[in-house]
Parts: sequence; structure tokens; C-alpha cells
Amino acid sequence: MKNHLHTLKGAVVLALGLAAASATAQAGGEQYFPLQSYRVGPYAAGGTGFFGGFIDYLQYVNIKEGGVNGVKLTWSECETEYVVEKGVECYERLKKGLNGAPAAATNPLSVGIAYATLERSTADKLPLITINHGRTDSTDGSVFPYVFPLQLNPYSEVSAIINYIGQKSGGLAKLKGKKIAVLYHGSPYGKETNPILELLSKKYGFQLVSLEVPHPGNEQQSQWLTIRQQKPDWVILRGWGVMNPVALKTAQKTGYPADHIIGNIWSNSEEDAAPAGAAAKGFISITTHPSGSQFPVLQGIKKTVLDAGKGNLADPKRFGTVYYNLGVVNGILNVEAVRLAQAKFGKKPLTGEQVRWGFEHLHFDDKRLKEVGALGLLQPLQLSCADHEGGGAVRFQQWDGQQWKVISPWVQADRKLLRPIIEDSSHKYAKEKGITPRDCSKES
Amino acid sequence: MSFFMEVLLGGLLAGVMYSLVAIGFVLIYKASGVFNFAQGSMVLFAALTFVSLLERGLPFWLAFVLSLLSMLLLALLLERLVLRHLVNRPPITLFMATLGLSYVVEGVAQALWGAQVHGLDLGIEDTPLELGGLMLSRFDLFAAGSAGLLVLLLSLLFNKTRIGLSLRAVADDQLAALAVGIRLQRMWVLVWAVAGLVGLVAGLLWGARLGVQFSLSLIVLKALPVLIIGGFTSIGGAIVGGLIVGASEKLAEVYLGPLLSGGIENWFPYVLALLFLLLRPAGLFGERAIERV
Repeated sequence: MKNHLHTLKGAVVLALGLAAASATAQAGGEQYFPLQSYRVGPYAAGGTGFFGGFIDYLQYVNIKEGGVNGVKLTWSECETEYVVEKGVECYERLKKGLNGAPAAATNPLSVGIAYATLERSTADKLPLITINHGRTDSTDGSVFPYVFPLQLNPYSEVSAIINYIGQKSGGLAKLKGKKIAVLYHGSPYGKETNPILELLSKKYGFQLVSLEVPHPGNEQQSQWLTIRQQKPDWVILRGWGVMNPVALKTAQKTGYPADHIIGNIWSNSEEDAAPAGAAAKGFISITTHPSGSQFPVLQGIKKTVLDAGKGNLADPKRFGTVYYNLGVVNGILNVEAVRLAQAKFGKKPLTGEQVRWGFEHLHFDDKRLKEVGALGLLQPLQLSCADHEGGGAVRFQQWDGQQWKVISPWVQADRKLLRPIIEDSSHKYAKEKGITPRDCSKES
Repeated sequence: MSFFMEVLLGGLLAGVMYSLVAIGFVLIYKASGVFNFAQGSMVLFAALTFVSLLERGLPFWLAFVLSLLSMLLLALLLERLVLRHLVNRPPITLFMATLGLSYVVEGVAQALWGAQVHGLDLGIEDTPLELGGLMLSRFDLFAAGSAGLLVLLLSLLFNKTRIGLSLRAVADDQLAALAVGIRLQRMWVLVWAVAGLVGLVAGLLWGARLGVQFSLSLIVLKALPVLIIGGFTSIGGAIVGGLIVGASEKLAEVYLGPLLSGGIENWFPYVLALLFLLLRPAGLFGERAIERV
């Protein structure tokens, strides 16, 4: 009897051990993406589009390629409602990975959450991706090794807009004497580029009129009457959420032409233009990625994921919209970072520190863009230890009443002009925090 | 001078839009003494229901009627599930209940109809209109006319019908109203349904301006100073309060804003409201509380 019990115990222990080993092996074969998403609340329209695109791309890589070199991609969501405290709570809950699968990077798509988790990310050695937004000085990777404002930081954004206005005026020299108004959201995000616009106005000799719109921006009569009185040649709209359609509607109400309003990167989606109806027709905005579903990668996602009923979007009509495509682009960049890091550290699930190396070595030229099916969707970009932005170019698109049409080639920001300003700020931060900047010349 | 007049008139017309939201608060406060913090969520729920039905191909008036019915259903549920159980509780309890309700209604609205932003075209052109050298918004003039019509209908309901008489009796003294046979629960459902109608009208007009999206629920923040200034119990007060808030915030933004680094129109009406609280706590048209001591 005793022997039987021993045998039974041994069998149970063996079975449990095998099960645990199998679970570990399975989890050990996965790379985890913690998603601090927002699908309810005031900014849910942006959140559902972005995270929908991101998840669909991860799903696409899993189905089409079996993951990255055999390492399956996995993810889980934590609802932030775009609230900073919830974002931090989600970060803490998810950062350790999922069932043994290590976390690759966080992608909160929120300036507030990004600021709140910036130091934690550095301490935890987990890359913080702030695609098209975030802290401008985090472009300097020698001071911010784990933060990546991929593609476009806020300073590059306004610099590119001024360059475009210069092109439309017949050259930057022709900006002298022009009047440009900036209508900005009354928040740190909205105000971040004001010093750069002042600098550019002095450099090129245009007059700058700065007007703040208090959050959330659902009433802008006084600002647009002031614009009508000041008669600027162009208005730069640095809006967010409801502020954008209200700006377009109020512009129409006060007689300002929509085709002389240029929206920034958070004023460039269908959700920003369509609610304004006819008032939005002619509205111009910048974009780092056109909307549309004609790109091979999107066709692949449609065929492999959406048509198989595995898509993440509740409303399939949003496939190919600006927010969705931003999510796909973000997915491409994250997965490429994992792929590059695997080439150096081995074809296995990687730590955040190893994935960071991958981000710092992102290099998309036309050849690579074509290989991933994103030529024309994503700009050519190359990152490095010192440069965590990598691109700094935008295209301009115009709302035709129904959809966006791209109307310009890539317009580059004046990154040479901006770099010393970025470094001044990052070095000030390093001094405040007692950080010794990395020597990027010694990084491989 | 014409610029000043444009700012002033634009502000007055914007103020009418604030009044529309404030009227919903007044109705419920008058009838039940409850400060309904969920009014903004009701505006969102009504507008989101309407636009979602419209996008599913329903004609305008059918979508309007069905949205109105959904507000009636919401009123019934609120009375049956929440208010009935809180009769005779302190006002702060009822206020906290409506605060909770506002989150529930917002959540249910997004769960039912999704988080997408919708455009809403009411067929009113919003191009500028030149009147006596002043540029005015056609849409704002239409909104002001709609608000005026609504106030007229509500005045008739309150002053010329038996229902209005019962509502006024409930507002004066709930126990006395019960004693003379007025059915309190029915009156509450009715007044919440009327507040739902006001919410629907406000939702359509604000939705046409902002797009139908979550931010609609934030327009309550514009209604609060209107209520403090106009008084919580007067529909006329809500209109006058709205006009004062609209005009003063626009003039302050244009003329004081540059001196105070801009963006002051969100908090300036609250400065005015605080002054009113100090000098005239019941507001311009509110009923002063008289208590036996």
C-alpha cells in the first residue's frame, strides 16, 4: 500500500513537473507587449483605433510568420481611460511580463502617462515608446536611454509646418512680414512648441500670434474672433479631441478659410475632421502615415486577420483610418526592434534592455520598407544611441469632405537647428537628476 | 466698436447654449430638490442614441421619437432602481447618487453605441451672416430660437396644465403634495423624462457644434456657473445666467486674456459665480430659503 502511495505521489509530482515545464517552455517562447490601452472615456476613439491597429499587426505577424523567428507575440490590455494614475497602475501591473513571457516595451499613447512612467521605465530598463509625441528632449538617447519619441517629436512637427508654409509662400525668405497664428490646447502638450515657434518667428521674420484654448476646447468664439481681427496668413492648429472639430466649425462661422488652417499630428484624424462636416473641407494637416488600405501590409492584415474574423476593431469600417494606421506603423516599429535585437541576442524572448538595443538600431530604408509592405506608409528612418526620433519628416494631407488626400512629398524638419535646443534641455534634465549621459561614440 | 459688439453678441448666443443645459438641472431641482449631476451624461446618452439611430438609416423624426422614448425608459429605470429607494434621504445622498449615475450612464452609452466620434448635420448652414455690419452665426441664431421655444413650452407646461400644478406642488412640499393625492413617483418620472427631452434638444444642438462624442458630457461644467448666477429654481434665471456667463467670458477672454497669458474663459465665469455666492447666494432669480428658527 505504502509503495502504491509512493508511486502515486511520484506520478503526481512528475505530472505536475512536466506540466510546469511545458507551461514554462510555452511561455518562454513568447514575447509580451503590455498595452496600457483606452477604449472608454473621452479619448476612446483614438485609443480603439490605435490599439486596434497595433494588435492586428501583432496578430498578423503571428499568423503569417509564426511570430518573430518562431517567438510568438503575446499581449494583454489594461484600461487606462487616458487617466494618468490608471496608466501608472497598469504599468506596474504589466511590466513584469505575462506568464513568464518578458515585456518588450510599453506604448501608452498618452503624454501624461508617458511623463509619469518615464523614470520608472528607465529604472526598470523597459523601453517607453512615444510615437509622434512625448518629451521632445527624450530624442537625446544619451540622457534618455529608454525613451523613444519615434518618427516625430513636437519640435520637428512645428519646424516642418513652418518649412511647408515657406514652400507655399515661395521660399523661407518670403515668410518675412507674414503673420502666423497658433491656436493651442491649454495643456503642457499644447504649450510645448511655443518657444520653438517664437524662435522660428525671429529667425524667419514672421509675426506670431499665440492663442490658448482652455481644455477641452468646446467653445472657441473669442479666439476665432481675435483671429478674424488679426487676419493671419495661416493658422496652426495644435488641438486634441473635441477642440479640433470645434476649431473648424468656429473658423467657418467667423469666415476664416479652412485651407489656411494646418492641423498638427493630433489634429489629423478622421475623428478630427469628419464631425465638423462641410466646415472641414479643405482643412490641411500633417501626417507621418497616410490613411488608406492600399499598402501591402494592410492588405495582408485584411486578408489574414480581418477576413478570418480575428480583427480587433469593433467597427471594421475604421480599417485604414489615421489612428488605425498609426497603430499598424507602431506595430511595425516595435516588431522590427524585436527582430533586430534577436539578431544580436538570439532567437528567443528578450528582456526590455535587449529590445532597447533593437530600437536604437532601427533602420528603415526604401528596401526594408518594401520588404515589410510599408513603402509610402512609413517614412525612411534611422535611429541611434543619440537620436531616438529617427525621422523628423511629415507629409501634408487635405480633407476633401470625405477623406484625407496626401498633397505633399515628405517635408523635413530643420533638425540641425533643433538639435542644440534639444541637447540644452536634455543636459539640464541630466544635471537635475544626476544622470551621467552615455558616451554614444562608444555604443555599438 | 463693431468688434466689441461681435464679441458681445457671439457671447450672448453662446450663453443661450449654456442655458439649454442649465434648464435640465433646474427642472429636476425644482421638482425634487436634487442637483442632478448626471444631466451632462443624459445629454451624451440622448445625442449618441439619436445619431446612432440616424446612421442606421432611420428618418430624422423617427430617430428623434425613439431617442425620446429611450430617455423616458432611462427616467423610469432611474426612478425605479435609484430614486424610489432614496426618498427622504439628505440632499447630499441624492447628489452623490446622481454623481454615480453620471458615470453609469456614460459607460452604458459607450457600451451600447461605441466610442466613435460622430458628425451630426441638422441641415442648418453655419456660414457667417452679416447683420448691420456685424457678423453672426446662423447656427447660433437657430439655437437661440430653439432655446426660446423650449422655454416657452416649459413655461406653458408648468403654469397652464394640471401636470405643471402638480409639479409645482411637489416642488413646494413633497409631503403636502402626497397628502393631497399627488403621486410623487409618477411626477418624478415625468420630470426626469422632461429633463431627458431638454437633454436631447441640448444634445442635438451641442452635438451639431462639437460632434457627438464623449466631451458632450463635459458641457455641465459650463452650466454650473449659469445655475449659481441665475438661481437653481428658475428657468428664466437659467436663461439670464447663461447670457451673463456667455457674454462675460468672451469679453474677458478677448480683453483680459492677453494680460493674463490667455485661456481664462474656463475659470472666469466661476469668479463671477463666487461673487454671486458671496453677495446673492440664491442667485438672481432663485428662491431664498426661509426657515423657521
